[in-house]
Amino acid sequence: MEEQTSAILSLAVRRAARGARGGTLAPWGWAGGALLIGLVLSAAMGPVPIPPLTVVKMILDRLPGLALGADWPATFQTILFQIRLPHAFLIALTGMALGGSGAAYQGLFRNPLADPYIIGVASGAGLGAVIAMAVRWPTTLLGMAAVPLAAFVGAVITVSVVYALARVGRTTPVTHLILAGVAVGTFTSALTSLIMLLSNQELRRAIVWLLGGFSLGGWKPVVAAFPYLALGLGALTMLGRPLNVLQFGDEQAQQLGLHVERLKLIVVVAASLVAATAVSFAGIIGFVGLIVPHLARILWGIDYRRLIPLATLLGGAMLLAADILARIILAPRQLPVGIVTAVFGAPFFLWLLRRAKQVGGW
Amino acid sequence: MAVLKFEGATVGYGSKAVLRDVSLTVNAGEVVAVVGPNGVGKSTLVRAASGVLAPLEGQILVDGQDIQGLTPAQRARAIAVVPQATSLPGAFTALQVVLAGRTPYLGWLEREGPADLEIALRAMQRTAIRDFIDRRVDEMSGGEQQRLLIARALAQQATVLLLDEPTAHLDLRHQDAVLELVRQLALEGGLAVMITLHDLNLVARFADRVALLSHGRVRKLGLPAEVLTPDELQAVYGVRIHVMTHPIHGTPLVLSG
Repeated sequence: MEEQTSAILSLAVRRAARGARGGTLAPWGWAGGALLIGLVLSAAMGPVPIPPLTVVKMILDRLPGLALGADWPATFQTILFQIRLPHAFLIALTGMALGGSGAAYQGLFRNPLADPYIIGVASGAGLGAVIAMAVRWPTTLLGMAAVPLAAFVGAVITVSVVYALARVGRTTPVTHLILAGVAVGTFTSALTSLIMLLSNQELRRAIVWLLGGFSLGGWKPVVAAFPYLALGLGALTMLGRPLNVLQFGDEQAQQLGLHVERLKLIVVVAASLVAATAVSFAGIIGFVGLIVPHLARILWGIDYRRLIPLATLLGGAMLLAADILARIILAPRQLPVGIVTAVFGAPFFLWLLRRAKQVGGW
Repeated sequence: MAVLKFEGATVGYGSKAVLRDVSLTVNAGEVVAVVGPNGVGKSTLVRAASGVLAPLEGQILVDGQDIQGLTPAQRARAIAVVPQATSLPGAFTALQVVLAGRTPYLGWLEREGPADLEIALRAMQRTAIRDFIDRRVDEMSGGEQQRLLIARALAQQATVLLLDEPTAHLDLRHQDAVLELVRQLALEGGLAVMITLHDLNLVARFADRVALLSHGRVRKLGLPAEVLTPDELQAVYGVRIHVMTHPIHGTPLVLSG
């Protein structure tokens, strides 16, 4: 038996074992590289273009012990570090949040159409955020940190209601989840609109925000968003293996020794925190949380230990790309990035439908 | 040695009892088949024995401990379930599926180690699917998937093995192969096996004892030759039944009509 076992630990087995326990490094290079390139390009573009290489040099120059000698105009310094980079980072963080939480929701509901937008979480978070903004428009760091908490409460309430409505016995059918999400999402969006209409002038700014306009500038929102996202995405990434076990279904997962209800609660809370933070700083941006995990799954398989961090990286890269498009399509006017993601996302959604029909499943 | 024991267990959903007052012992090394008409509660009994459905009355014990008092991980180290191979995540690889059997031994944040991998590979070798390690589940046949699920259960290193209709979608050759494997696991591995089966002739050939369910109760419990009689089966299934002797195995051969 010993001999046989060492004999089967041949090269092929080792490769399969590596696949089953984590896989190769190439996807990390692709997703991480795309994110970095996106950051640099986003920072390079604008009314005053900065060559991408100069952007890289300027950032490296800031690192301790790396004085490259400034051979760029002083105005670049202000534009890059006060305007472009905070904007690029906020977009990247938002995209990462949508990609990561989308992958987590899909794993949690074992339903490939679950994304923060479709299941109504984003609308619920939007309602929470608007209520908080109606109380007081956030200008300070503390005010900005409070909005995600209100959005988080809205998101958790919404996802609980949608899940309860969509559940049939012990399963959550795709169609039920979408219908419940649309119904609850429409209801909360209506409430949001009502609050905005009834409020004073200041809150009308929220309309631009709600369309994904990134109206908040500077480093404050980046600093305010970061802890929530690090906490939520970190937790989701570490829960990849139990999420894999959940793919066998609630009952089998329980029979395999998983504390299913406890896991689901933690994943819902973490994913909703992440999605709510994204909504708080970037408004409601559709389709990223749906498309990115799908793309990551098609490219790199359904192992959630890899899928969640990879979808996180890819989400950042995708939203940066969408934002770059939003800035050049009607330049010098800037479109809300939510419009761009919807314009490209909706056809992708239809392509998924077609593909599902052909391969007989999601 | 009693391993799995039902003590006056009433099982069902909400307040509606499906099976009442079940008392049944499955010993180490034996295969107990649970038979009965559709909807009589065979799967409910398996679900209760796995711990996911708490009995409404009475107790279900494993190695003398009430399974409802155990954590999911403790239960999964003692009891392994082989479900019907109908809804496996198709994009998982075979090895991924079998490694999931190590869940009760790993914390949420832990990864599978070399020891877990070795246990998984041994389980796959035992069920003759080790050539499929990096094969996707949806590229495997029904019989292969069933053996994959048995390998996953073996990786749990439990003492009790529960199987729910493991031969439902298999052809004759694979039915025999899977049940022969199950019987060997009981004999050689000392597992206590409870299995639900529709095909009474397979029951006759592969089970040590049979529990015949009818109208919410265990109607009869005993050796296949004692339970698989024309009188009992006619009363339960409501069709004319003839029982002969299998020309080769010498076991009961059940024919209807």
